[in-house]
Amino acid sequence: MLEKNSKLKKKTTKKIVMKAPAVLRADCFRVLDENNRPNEKVEPKLSKEMLIRMYRNMMATRLFDERGMLLQRQGRIGFYVPSFGQEAIQIGTAAALKNSDWIFPSYREPGVFLSRGAGLFEMLCNLWGNQSDVCKGRQMPVHYSFSDLKLFSVSSPIATQVIQAVGASLASKIRNEKDIAITYFGDGGTSENDFHTGLTFAGAMKTPTVFICTNNGFAISVPTQKQTGAQRMVDKAIGYGMPGIAVDGNDVLAVYSATQEAADRARRGEGPTLIECVTLRMGPHSSSDDPTRYRDAQVFEAWAKRDPIQRFRQYLERKKLWDEKKQEDLEKELKATLAEAVEKAEKEPPPQLDTLFEDVYAELTPQLVRQKEDLLAEQELRGKFENTSEAFPL
Amino acid sequence: MANLTLVQAVRDALMTEMALDPRVVLMGEDVGLNGGVFRATEGLQKEFGEERVMDTPLAESGIIGLALGMSVNGMRPVPEIQFMDFIYPAFDQIVSEVAKLRYRSGGGFKCPMVIRTPYGGGIKGGHYHSQSAEAYFAHTAGLKVVIPSNPYDAKGLLIASIRDEDPVLFMEPKRLYRSVKGEVPEEAYTVDIGKAQVVRPGKDVTLIAWGAMVPVCLKAAELCEPRGADCEVIDLRTLVPLDEETILESVRKTGRVVIVHEAQKTCGFGAEISALISEQAILSLEAPIVRVTGLDTPFPYTLEHIYLPDPERVALAVGKVTRF
Repeated sequence: MLEKNSKLKKKTTKKIVMKAPAVLRADCFRVLDENNRPNEKVEPKLSKEMLIRMYRNMMATRLFDERGMLLQRQGRIGFYVPSFGQEAIQIGTAAALKNSDWIFPSYREPGVFLSRGAGLFEMLCNLWGNQSDVCKGRQMPVHYSFSDLKLFSVSSPIATQVIQAVGASLASKIRNEKDIAITYFGDGGTSENDFHTGLTFAGAMKTPTVFICTNNGFAISVPTQKQTGAQRMVDKAIGYGMPGIAVDGNDVLAVYSATQEAADRARRGEGPTLIECVTLRMGPHSSSDDPTRYRDAQVFEAWAKRDPIQRFRQYLERKKLWDEKKQEDLEKELKATLAEAVEKAEKEPPPQLDTLFEDVYAELTPQLVRQKEDLLAEQELRGKFENTSEAFPL
Repeated sequence: MANLTLVQAVRDALMTEMALDPRVVLMGEDVGLNGGVFRATEGLQKEFGEERVMDTPLAESGIIGLALGMSVNGMRPVPEIQFMDFIYPAFDQIVSEVAKLRYRSGGGFKCPMVIRTPYGGGIKGGHYHSQSAEAYFAHTAGLKVVIPSNPYDAKGLLIASIRDEDPVLFMEPKRLYRSVKGEVPEEAYTVDIGKAQVVRPGKDVTLIAWGAMVPVCLKAAELCEPRGADCEVIDLRTLVPLDEETILESVRKTGRVVIVHEAQKTCGFGAEISALISEQAILSLEAPIVRVTGLDTPFPYTLEHIYLPDPERVALAVGKVTRF
């Protein structure tokens, strides 16, 4: 439990088997029941505008992911990492933050980027690695970076951002600012050194950090029970001297409430919190992965019935905030905006050759100056460089 | 002016820059209350408080990852890795994160910081307190590598590194921490990163070294003088970015080169310098380039004085290139 007076009710079970189960673990905090009716005692009081914005962001994330996978299957981009089924975790956490808070994401949080206000066109340009990509075509697709939105650059090595988020939040704490940092990682990420140092430092230094563990059952193909001997990921919190809570990762209201409370704690100077969001990864690890090789079809079917978007929609419909007409309009609008941005992004040319040398250092070193001159001379000699690289299944 | 040891000059640089720039924060193992195991941060926590001089949990990767986050959020961290031999757990954070952040984010994020670390042998430290691991980091795009050899340069280079917009690995030759003294101005000053220094002019042979091997080369030059070889000694001071001009100018004059470093020979930084000279000044050479380096073995304990280049071994190499 987060704190003594927490309104979030903790449930415990004697025996918990942490392998992608067909039903949600009983210990998870939830607002919506399996019929998607709210427990009024813990239901967050959110404005109509806020609820609709959250729903809209969940839908935008789903459609963005669908489009990303499609673009990859059509051979138009080289790689994609979808977040199907994890929309509630992304949108619920992001909705509980202030725009001045730092976000240190993993590579499976497009919804967090969209929620914070990253541009569709800019994100799509990253998928092509073209000249309008903020990363100047230096990273694989889905490695977004938006410094003006405090959305930290995505790294491929797992969990490196966890300790970095602790550093960013420590800087805010030292300057007596109220900004916090939130960081995202998966169940596999908890095995990494940087998870351990991140939670160790945060616990010892009492930093204003919120740790979001998306326990989606798999690290590529390796199931959670092979990742750790711990019964639950949230149990790790106690060892680092911080509170933790497990929540239903397919319940956006539960995710929101837990994050809100953890963020408030952090802002009050009470230190870090670990939130385990329990879900199932509904898509492949990436466009290169085939989950049917390792995922139980029945478990998948069971979780498909718990789709976080459908559940939240039912909740909104019961509140008379949503209906079929609104859904049609929204999908139409989002798809049109997306199509327009895709069309525009795809036309962008690749980055210029000399961008290769920029941003290695603040200024070009003498070595880079010479290598650039040599390369430009080679280009002059050859006319053009033949592109022989292929998108390899990664 | 104050007459300071090298480690005192390091402390003086930190003290000076912390007073001038509130963004500067120190973190590491034992750097706070204890003032660092070599006393490089002695008294700084008392002066600047626990939030600016932080004793961290014992995890090198954590220290660097923490520093990265602080730097991104506007601080200017100077993390200490207690011995360079312990830096490897932080290798990923340094090489893939700190050094790559500016590039991978298209210049959106940057994380200037100075990673201070004592390195090198000759202090009876054995394999885990003696290594000279500069080559791993000189091979890392996005990182600068700076190594002073005397108190004046230590202060000036450290202040320049703290003010630099790029991450710097600042390697301190611990063998020289207290064995050399020199005049150090009390005020803040900088020594340019990327500029080597000819510390002894000569016309016959160019000796190239950095850190603790600089005094070894100076002694070797003295040994060689009565033997008829006038050695020029270059203190590189910065490995990345390398001051190629100072090296090439000297080689064009002497035509003979001996490169000296503590680290093992294969893929040591001497190989890079040798390749540079071959590429840029091969027609000036009168003899093959000779490297005097550590052995391709782990760093030994009892026989470290045999492992490490000493003035006589360097002098023998000078004899070899002059007789060629």
